[in-house]
Amino acid sequence: MRKPAYLLIAALALTTACGGGSETPAAPAGSASAPAAKALAGVKIEVAAKWTGEEQANFEQVLAAFEEKTGADVVYASTGEDTGAYLGPRIEGGTPPDVAILPQPGLVQQYADQNALKPLSAGVQKQIDDNYTPYWKELGSAGGQVYGVLVKAAHKSLIWYRTPAFEDAGAAEATTWDDLIGKTAQTLADAGTPPFSLCGASGWTLTDLFENVYLSSAGPENYDKLAKHEIPWTDATVTTALTKMAQIFGKPDFVLGGASGALQTDFPTCVTQVYGEKKAAMVIEADFVASSATQSGATVGEDAKIMPFPTVGDTAPVVLGGDIGVALKDTEGAMALLEFLASKEGGEIWAKLPGYLSPNRNVSPDNYPSELTKQLAQTIISAGESVRYDMSDLAPSAFGGTDGKGEWKHLQDFLRDPADIKGTQEKLEADAAKSYKE
Amino acid sequence: MATPQPPGGRLRLGPSPAMAWLFLAPALILLAAWMVYPIIYSIFRSLHDSGGNTFVGLANYGAIFSDPATLITIRNNIIWVVVAPLVVTVLGLIFAVLTERIRWATAFKLVLFMPMAVSLLAAGVIFRLVYEQSPDKGVANAIITTVQSVFSGDQGYPGARPRENEAAPAALQNGAVVTKQPAQPGQPALIPLVGLSPDAVAGFPAAAAPAAGPGLSGTIWIDTVRGGGGTVNQIDPQERGLAGVTVEALEGDTVRATTETEANGSFRFEELTSGSYTLRLPQSNFAAAFGGVTWLGPALITPAIIGAYIWVWAGFAMVLIAAGLSAIPRDALEAARIDGATEWQVFRKITVPLLSPVLLVVFVTMIINVLKVFDLVFIIAPGSVQPDANVVALEMWRVSFGGGGNQGMGSALAIFLLLLVLPFMFFNIRRFRRDER
Repeated sequence: MRKPAYLLIAALALTTACGGGSETPAAPAGSASAPAAKALAGVKIEVAAKWTGEEQANFEQVLAAFEEKTGADVVYASTGEDTGAYLGPRIEGGTPPDVAILPQPGLVQQYADQNALKPLSAGVQKQIDDNYTPYWKELGSAGGQVYGVLVKAAHKSLIWYRTPAFEDAGAAEATTWDDLIGKTAQTLADAGTPPFSLCGASGWTLTDLFENVYLSSAGPENYDKLAKHEIPWTDATVTTALTKMAQIFGKPDFVLGGASGALQTDFPTCVTQVYGEKKAAMVIEADFVASSATQSGATVGEDAKIMPFPTVGDTAPVVLGGDIGVALKDTEGAMALLEFLASKEGGEIWAKLPGYLSPNRNVSPDNYPSELTKQLAQTIISAGESVRYDMSDLAPSAFGGTDGKGEWKHLQDFLRDPADIKGTQEKLEADAAKSYKE
Repeated sequence: MATPQPPGGRLRLGPSPAMAWLFLAPALILLAAWMVYPIIYSIFRSLHDSGGNTFVGLANYGAIFSDPATLITIRNNIIWVVVAPLVVTVLGLIFAVLTERIRWATAFKLVLFMPMAVSLLAAGVIFRLVYEQSPDKGVANAIITTVQSVFSGDQGYPGARPRENEAAPAALQNGAVVTKQPAQPGQPALIPLVGLSPDAVAGFPAAAAPAAGPGLSGTIWIDTVRGGGGTVNQIDPQERGLAGVTVEALEGDTVRATTETEANGSFRFEELTSGSYTLRLPQSNFAAAFGGVTWLGPALITPAIIGAYIWVWAGFAMVLIAAGLSAIPRDALEAARIDGATEWQVFRKITVPLLSPVLLVVFVTMIINVLKVFDLVFIIAPGSVQPDANVVALEMWRVSFGGGGNQGMGSALAIFLLLLVLPFMFFNIRRFRRDER
């Protein structure tokens, strides 16, 4: 037999080739305008955030307003989806950006432990005290120091519905959970439209649902305790919340495609199923559903409407996600920028642009360009002290933020088998105990 | 990396060994920086905890074999190694042998080889769509449901069901709709159903009470009106009857009579003029249309992904084997044929043995390749079934970077994977050496 040299080459090529592309973050420079005699004239500030496209353009407008005001020269750097992967090496290498906008509070804790964050100046802290409830101050703190301020919020206590489906069935918005299940959903199911399109393949949508039910049924204090794992997941309040969720999960008529179908549906496919394919009537997710709904051909405010998440217990739930600004360098410019972003002035400039919701209670809802956002901002302001941050984002990411592990996995398993409330709680507790310890 | 050593003392021809080292140096430095150092550092890192500061000994390796989720990844890797290389090699062999004999062989080979030109990531996206549950989107289920619907007839009214409350005259029992109160001749039985959308019943005739006449009678209709309203459990003018529903009249557990509803939803048992009966609409009326196979569910996910893998690699195996095939001496085949061997005998006794070195290389190469499969699993498996489809390479990435943040454990998995691959690498290299001699 002749030498199969081609085999050698091909086989070696195969065994060694295992390419992995890595994203190169683009770093478009902000426009420089530095008229003299302003406080920060000539000061260069680099700010890193995950936003791209329209969100980036809007944020750059806010930065431009800041440049205009102070004379500083702000450069925006996009971190890409994985903020940790971008910032980690830069912190390690000793060249962090002045300011970073972190998508999870867990990162505040993590970077504070690495001594990578600088405590916020008195000026920024004053803005926080003026404009935010103490809960948010605590959220941006680690070890008694204030490091971060929530600059942009996502409203996660919403149910989106398709108006024609409601009209056809004669269903109405619900204000309580019992009405949602017993009247709205039942009416829709009787009229042949599966009420809910669940995004079971995206575990975080299930944790969002749980958080709303839990915040409303167990109240903000228990919510804080559970978020810190001061009460176990086997607690009776969790049993109540899961029992309520099982009222949806356990009825095949209520879930488009049943549990098996829902578990194969990721976000935003579940939105498409409601507004594009018109197969279901409601999807329980945050304000950012709007963009997927629009892409599916729906008009927000007409055929795509929202109702506030109904009350399960005594609290009207308002769960927010959002991005937290931190200083990685203790410079005058960094603090001035964070102060601006935390202020009423900065918030109102940003609020006039689409796709932004401010957690700042002094930013008047009148600034928002759409009715929908005004309505959302109103719920945040009226919920006052009981607004809470997304619990799974507060948990260690091995428990609250990893596909196929921890809370995501166990809630997916719960969707598959909603009868097993006790087993679900035990598995949640076992994983929580493991990851909170670490 | 053997540098030829001149026999001691004699004058050597050509440049000095120092020169050889000089030329080798760039490659050696790159190899050291990108292969040797990472391997050694991974071993070092795997002996430390997630933070990297605490030495934990072999605890990470212990965790690989005690964590149930990781054991599933090992199980899946075993399934992959047992199934995928074998199927790819056999398919490649079949294609190679068959394409030898057809016209347009090059075109055929080109088509089969084409998936190799698609990145695994793109192939994953393609197969995620192929395996979609809904036959409107997933090709696999579209084919299955189309074939299936050829063999099964009318589907009835899937989704129709009685209301779930005390006042509803009928309830579900083992999938059949059964009246709660016995029905008597002379009093038309009303069996209101819900669960079909106004659009689905829009073309149906209006529901009506049965015409006057002898025997047990009644109406089956959809008791909802577009936009809500309508009297519950009463036939309203806009409400639609269900035609062709099978109705059984039961006395105790025995079926006394069977009939079907007419276009307006009414039915009549003329032969039942006295007595009292329970009415039952058997489950067959409401059988849901076959929705296809749940490819992306926990049970079938690994076979489904292996299917995608085979699609990508079978063409590659075919090309290698076909090249080997063309190197087989024709006279051996012809001699066998002249001696009266059947084609099957020629294939089994001549072609396969002569091809065996090539087949082995393809097979072993596929084993190595399969052990580190990552992209297809990552993309095809939806988040909810990723724990069921998980493989070692994916788990390695997930625990180190994909949210786990435990690079000690990730390094341990990487070393574990390396140990799995090494024997096959040695085997392949030894073969190449022997072939070169």
